[in-house]
Amino acid sequence: MNAYLSSLHAIVKREALRFVHQRERFIAALVRPLVWLLVFAAGFRAALGLSIIPPYQTYITYETYIVPGLCGMIMLFNGMQSSLSLVYDREMGSMKLLLTSPLPRWWLLLCKLLGSTAISILQVYTFLAIAAAFGIVMPLLGYLLALPALIVAGLMLGALGLLLSSFIRQLENFAGVMNFVIFPMFFMSSALYPLWKMAESSELLYTICALNPFTPAVELIRFALYLSYNGQALVWAVLATAVFTLAALWGYNPARTGLGKKR
Amino acid sequence: MSGLRVHDLTFSYGEKTALDGVNFELTAGHFCALLGPNGAGKSTLFGVLTRLLSAPQGTIQIAGHDLTKTPRAALAKLGIVFQQTTLDLDLSVRQNLSYFAALHGISGHAATTRIDQALDRLNMLERADEKARSLNGGHKRRAEIARALLHDPAVLLLDEPTVGLDAAARSAITEHVHQLCAEGTTVLWATHLTDEVRDSDDLVILHRARVLAQGVTCDIREGRPLQEMFLDLTAQSA
Repeated sequence: MNAYLSSLHAIVKREALRFVHQRERFIAALVRPLVWLLVFAAGFRAALGLSIIPPYQTYITYETYIVPGLCGMIMLFNGMQSSLSLVYDREMGSMKLLLTSPLPRWWLLLCKLLGSTAISILQVYTFLAIAAAFGIVMPLLGYLLALPALIVAGLMLGALGLLLSSFIRQLENFAGVMNFVIFPMFFMSSALYPLWKMAESSELLYTICALNPFTPAVELIRFALYLSYNGQALVWAVLATAVFTLAALWGYNPARTGLGKKR
Repeated sequence: MSGLRVHDLTFSYGEKTALDGVNFELTAGHFCALLGPNGAGKSTLFGVLTRLLSAPQGTIQIAGHDLTKTPRAALAKLGIVFQQTTLDLDLSVRQNLSYFAALHGISGHAATTRIDQALDRLNMLERADEKARSLNGGHKRRAEIARALLHDPAVLLLDEPTVGLDAAARSAITEHVHQLCAEGTTVLWATHLTDEVRDSDDLVILHRARVLAQGVTCDIREGRPLQEMFLDLTAQSA
């Protein structure tokens, strides 16, 4: 096998093995969105009336509305968790092993990114299957069309995780990531409420939500699940993926002298 | 023939100079001990030699390949054993080695053969299927050395490989690595323990970011115990 492919295979396999070994992580990754879907959404169903907005063609329940947002949430947590694992890898030294390989560094980091995206997608489909079992179903073809959207969203959030991991020095800082990255990104997006609702409360918040790269990721998934296509969201998501990836590669550049730095 | 050549290497963390014009050369197939007290700059030197850090000044040649100009060719010739263990503890020894082999573009049958050979060389073959977590410190180190040899490196770097090991494991590993030199591998062995250095070994003494002495150990110590000479030398320059 070609050196590039064999390294890709090995890195993705290692990510998968790691994931399988951490069964709690898999369960936690599923319980979190399910609590939102089956408890939070049930409670808010009456409080939040939704008008018909694209891509929906009829009135929908709140549970149906938040499914794409929760898919995004799974990917957001997974992206951040894989960045946590990179920080752990670095503290444990196994990141050094990766970075001293003779293959180009960009390729190795890309393999990591693809590995974490694959795990994210697996989690999302498991979540969608459980949601369907509870009666929250999407058009059948939507499950298939969502795949490219999930790939883009997974890559974007994974790249963000990679970028953060190049700057986070210690594991303890993950609480900061939770407070300053995960929560703001999730709440200031269209995951839980349509943005026009936000505009009614505050124009500033609306603008922030619209600029938040998590919003196009969620919208891309939402439109794909309903067999439509949101070009603007795609452009934003791809652009954000490119920016995060390039910044992460820069972050892992040896000339930045970050990796071997004594703490 | 030169195995590893370091010329005028300088590196600093902000204001603090960690390597100051470091020069030395290792003859191919020789064992060279890099001796220095804690904080001498050994780990920084390893960081730069492995390209985890990039030095603004100086050149490094690994088996004739310039690390800055042709990093991939140079890294392909380099085997590294880091100070901290870098095994994935949840994977078996064989899985750890096959992951590393793939990172060096070795897979399939070639990988299996090389893994068996490398483990056999370090007397670790019977532990191939044990989880890394279940190995004792000495065996973990041996697994890491076996892993570092998978791609047949010309130069092997070991950063304080015996830290935390008991006397028997230390002497076994020191012996194994000397054996590798006899088979043609160039070794740079960082340590702060003088008893790991043999009289016939090459020696580089690093202190406060500079090379204080280099040559064959028995010539450097001039009949005095190495420990005494080392303490004197580092005290004088302090």
